[in-house]
Amino acid sequence: MPVPHDYLFFIDPNRCIGCESCVQACSECDTHKGHSMIHLEFMNRRESPQSVPVVCMHCDSPTCAEVCPADAIKRTEDGVVQTARKPRCIACNNCVLACPFGVPKMNTREELMMKCDMCYDRTSEGKRPMCATVCPSQALFFGTQAEIDRLRPRSRAINDFQFGQQKIHTKVRMMVPHDAAIAHIDVVDAMCADMGEDDPMLSAAVCSLPIVSKT
Amino acid sequence: MNGKDLQAPAFPDGRLERDQPKWRRDFPIDVEADEYGARRDFTKFLVLTSLAFACGQIWIVFLSLFRGRQPAEQRIAAITDLEIGEAVSFHYPTDRDPCLLIRQSDDVFLAYSSQCTHLMCPVRPDLAHNRLHCPCHEGYFDATTGQPTAGPPRRPLPRIHLRIDRGIVYATDVEERAS
Repeated sequence: MPVPHDYLFFIDPNRCIGCESCVQACSECDTHKGHSMIHLEFMNRRESPQSVPVVCMHCDSPTCAEVCPADAIKRTEDGVVQTARKPRCIACNNCVLACPFGVPKMNTREELMMKCDMCYDRTSEGKRPMCATVCPSQALFFGTQAEIDRLRPRSRAINDFQFGQQKIHTKVRMMVPHDAAIAHIDVVDAMCADMGEDDPMLSAAVCSLPIVSKT
Repeated sequence: MNGKDLQAPAFPDGRLERDQPKWRRDFPIDVEADEYGARRDFTKFLVLTSLAFACGQIWIVFLSLFRGRQPAEQRIAAITDLEIGEAVSFHYPTDRDPCLLIRQSDDVFLAYSSQCTHLMCPVRPDLAHNRLHCPCHEGYFDATTGQPTAGPPRRPLPRIHLRIDRGIVYATDVEERAS
């Protein structure tokens, strides 16, 4: 049974309190026990307590699947991008490197890429994903667009992103302040500007990456 | 996301589905299309395999058209070449089919294929005991009838039909016999 089309996943980083409940809940799941498929990222730990839970955004044109040389990453009819298929995955790490959101994880012991599949075993039965059920501040929310509009009138949901030249349209929505303008930042440029003199080794390693094509 | 969005997935180069290279159809991202591809491959496999079987059947029919033909007559030896109780080997109908010609008495000539019906070892004449002996697994055949009498062989030796004309023995046909 597919995930109902009107049920959507919303990430609201403004509400995230960094409690890691989602991480713990995720690693409790029987389909990948002990491995959390959710990342809790800190924006700038020294300056701010802001944290962002990162689940798979389930892109329309999944970069991970586009780069997979083994044809292992598949998307179900409801637009949910699944973990790599075990018989096909060759543990090459292409998806891990290519995903603009940094979602896929390589399980080196199993030689299998594992990623958030929106708790497909739960959502395909009409239940909410594990992380959304435990999030105390509902920074991770699973419901309809009407519900979120009613509950959070000061925010709006976006699902169009741009990374460099790449435009990405996702199934999962990110909540942003209602009136905020959307700024697209080139990730590598932003990293270079941010690092500056801090760590010459790291900035050299990241910022002098050879750019193969710049069309 | 709704159903309409999914029917027209976006591609990284921004072009439409029909403009995409062929490998995209071969390696689709959607599960449904992937399974469809697998089904199509399976169907292709089934069709090609059945075609191969059909061709094999036609080939067998073709071969059997020639198998039924009576082999050409072949001169084996003159009567005077063999003493009574002696045997001589020859090849009939082709060079790959070794046979034995046995002279049992004045005018009784018998010929059998000398390939044992167990595992095709060459049988040796043992005419003192009126039998043919296969040394591989101690098989014995009756020299008068070609029937197996001992050992692993279960079928009689193929019999070569003979014709004697003016002191010359000719092989005319091979008779395969069931047990």
